[in-house]
Amino acid sequence: MADTKKLAIIASKGTLDWAYPPFILASAAAAMDMEAVLFFTFYGLPLLKKEIDLKVTPVGNPAMPMKMPFGSKEFQGFDWPIPNIISGNVPGFDTMATMLMKETFKKKGVATIEQLREMCQESGVRFIACQMTMDVFGFERKDFIDGVEYGGAAMFLEYAADANMSLFI
Amino acid sequence: MSEITANRTLDCSGMNCPLPILKTKKEVDQMQSGEILKMISTDSGSANDMASWSNRTGHKIVGSNTESGTYTFYIQKS
Repeated sequence: MADTKKLAIIASKGTLDWAYPPFILASAAAAMDMEAVLFFTFYGLPLLKKEIDLKVTPVGNPAMPMKMPFGSKEFQGFDWPIPNIISGNVPGFDTMATMLMKETFKKKGVATIEQLREMCQESGVRFIACQMTMDVFGFERKDFIDGVEYGGAAMFLEYAADANMSLFI
Repeated sequence: MSEITANRTLDCSGMNCPLPILKTKKEVDQMQSGEILKMISTDSGSANDMASWSNRTGHKIVGSNTESGTYTFYIQKS
């Protein structure tokens, strides 16, 4: 077998949809005998909280399909044309969109973010939290799960310098 | 195709990417070298995914078949 490949990912987004790619890729990398480091910065930091409460919004996200996770196949396949003036102004719209996306993920057999995060940790994926953005946004170490390392740009770059794949998500 | 005798079976029916790969890896880690795992998946992406996983990890796919949306893989631990 070839020598161990290394994956380095910067996770900078904290919405329900964009929380998936870092954890999917890192857990899959570990399952393929690769090393992986996830560096959480800016809006990626909430992904490290003990209790994750992620949301998704169709506002300013024109490619996001608005579909229902129930009903007939035709009904589920219908992409609801919701204008931003509604999705951006109706109270609770994001909560509803989040609920629908979570339900769709569940129905399609997609793991939850919590499950994927746990599987990453079990398989040795390293999590590094950006201390600078933690200070800026007021995150504290006690709010995060165990096993997180704390550092900055140099810590990520040291690892990424020898990585075979570096991604910014 | 002749029957392959598996030492273990892992049913990943209903699971989507990347769960079949993660579960397969976990199962293979508990096996002895040379043993065979029968993995069942309904994820249509898993045919190519399993091949890639096998290429990287060195655990060989010694047999596979597809039957109306169900994909079966026989994986031999290296």
